[in-house]
Amino acid sequence: MKNLNSKPSAASPFSIMMRKEMADHIRSWRFIVLITLIVLTFVASMYVSLSNIKSATDNTRDPDHIFLYLKLLTTTDNSIPPFHVFLSFLAPLLGISLGFDAINAEQNSGTLTRLLAQPVYRDNVLLAKFGSALVLVGVLFLALALSMIGGGLLLTGVRMEPQELLRILGFVALSIFYVAFWLSLAIVLSIVFRAAATSALSGIGLWLFFTVFYQIVVNLVIRSVLPDPAALSPDQILTYNEIIMDFLRIAPNQLYMDATTTMLMPSVRSLGPMTMEQMSGAIPSPLPFTESVMVVWPQISGMIGATVGCFALSYFLFMRREIRS
Amino acid sequence: MEDPIIQIKDLSKSYGSFRAVEGLNLDIHKGEIFGLLGPNGAGKTTTILMMLGLTEPSGGSVHVGGYLSAANPIPVKKIVGYMPDSLGFYDQMTAMENLMYIAGLNGLADAEGRKRALEMLETVGLAAEKDKKTGVYSRGMKQRLGLAEVLIKKPEVIILDEPTLGIDPSGVKDFLSLIRSLSREHGITVLLSSHHLHHVQQICDRVGIFVKGKLLAEGNIESLSKELFGHEGYVTSVQVRQHIPNPWPLQNELMHWDGLRKISIRGKELEFTSSQDLTAELVRFFVKENYDVLSVHQKDYGLDEIYHKYFEGEQG
Repeated sequence: MKNLNSKPSAASPFSIMMRKEMADHIRSWRFIVLITLIVLTFVASMYVSLSNIKSATDNTRDPDHIFLYLKLLTTTDNSIPPFHVFLSFLAPLLGISLGFDAINAEQNSGTLTRLLAQPVYRDNVLLAKFGSALVLVGVLFLALALSMIGGGLLLTGVRMEPQELLRILGFVALSIFYVAFWLSLAIVLSIVFRAAATSALSGIGLWLFFTVFYQIVVNLVIRSVLPDPAALSPDQILTYNEIIMDFLRIAPNQLYMDATTTMLMPSVRSLGPMTMEQMSGAIPSPLPFTESVMVVWPQISGMIGATVGCFALSYFLFMRREIRS
Repeated sequence: MEDPIIQIKDLSKSYGSFRAVEGLNLDIHKGEIFGLLGPNGAGKTTTILMMLGLTEPSGGSVHVGGYLSAANPIPVKKIVGYMPDSLGFYDQMTAMENLMYIAGLNGLADAEGRKRALEMLETVGLAAEKDKKTGVYSRGMKQRLGLAEVLIKKPEVIILDEPTLGIDPSGVKDFLSLIRSLSREHGITVLLSSHHLHHVQQICDRVGIFVKGKLLAEGNIESLSKELFGHEGYVTSVQVRQHIPNPWPLQNELMHWDGLRKISIRGKELEFTSSQDLTAELVRFFVKENYDVLSVHQKDYGLDEIYHKYFEGEQG
């Protein structure tokens, strides 16, 4: 038999697929529109935080005031939300729009059969769809973060703490994981639904549900189920509070918000309520980076777990799927 | 003789209670052009997908080039070029880019892929349109680009699913003769599926008639027609200028001839069925009786009749 792969110079089919998918994304209008949207929000929130940075860093009562670069990301005068809050609802949009037609568009245009008739593994198709979008998103976020750091250095001349760099990189990594979750969810939808419009709409529906309605629903249910707080002991209130928070944390955007807040505000010590005993003796000072990571580790592993779960589901659905158009 | 390049044994596939393919046995030898013929929904595409390992068989096995398709699809896909019936390309890319992508997936390095893509576009006659986006290609052009894509990996077997669908008649002729010459020049085995009988008849060495998941008959066109119509013998139809009354006075005389079994009269046309070839004698007879013979036609059976015959048998 002729072995066509004998040449060592030839790239593997997977890297060729990655290359093609990335080129497709970059050339598509969809990606350009999304990049513009994200860059614009980034510029707007940077503008607001830069104009308020002086008062924020002068505020000695805030234990975080020494971290200029973290302040740049989080300060706001309440006219617009800070960048990480923006990102908590823009990132799902990014993930959904990069993934909602990953498989069904290929199937409907008849290219999927042709693609799979080539000597490639079926899972490589999924992996290339997932990886290419993620690489682009990662590069985009990293470029934004680095340009913010560079801009901050030029404008203020303040030296950067190594801790700050780690925290900002952690924030970028969290954002990439967050997009990865929505991306893998969108890919699952693109396998389940034949029509691209259906899969896009159901993706957006889920996104709206989690950002807007989920909290309302949880609050409604809790109000009707929970006993009157006035009749409860503080301990019981605390346990109920924990339960409510746990329910809210099913929503991925809640996980992301918790994680990024802790990452970008070093003085955040706990994400739930704390008792007076726990607080007594604590000096309001910033936590070291590793401690912050420990605080949000459940959130991080939750997001990674959800992403892996969705991806495994897409794999399961796709591997035995009839590929006829 | 060598082992057949495609070996199908007891292949079956069911979707729930619906049996798409049932107990299919088929051997295709190297260099052959085989036509898989059947109406829509007969299970042709399912069979092809199982050959490529893209669909799992419910029972039986397919070996292509010695590899079991279901368990080992990658080496099978390396030697088989497949052109699906609903052919689609990446519309935002040019023909050249589409081909280069496929070349890359088959492990060709860039320079080699480019060279071969140009060669193939030349072969199928699309060299002038190589930098156009495939979104603007016509159906016929896409079909030819599909063939170029199939050939770029230098396959040993090419499988074409409904390759003549949606091309105009002259295009079909060019396309089929291109396939035939490619197969003959390079010794490529071709498996062609179609519901269009005449197209298949033009180029296939052997055909298989496939109805409702079963292979009803297999062989070359002559042997199929002999097998089916052999018992009817030779049929000669004669057309004359004069009107022939029914009953015809000369009929009795003719019926005494050796081997003549049936005469049917329709106005000026007569049809004789006989166990041996009587065409020459019949013409001499008509001339002697002062009839003006306008045309004499000895019927041979094409795929159309074969197909209908099987189809009727299936329905009846």
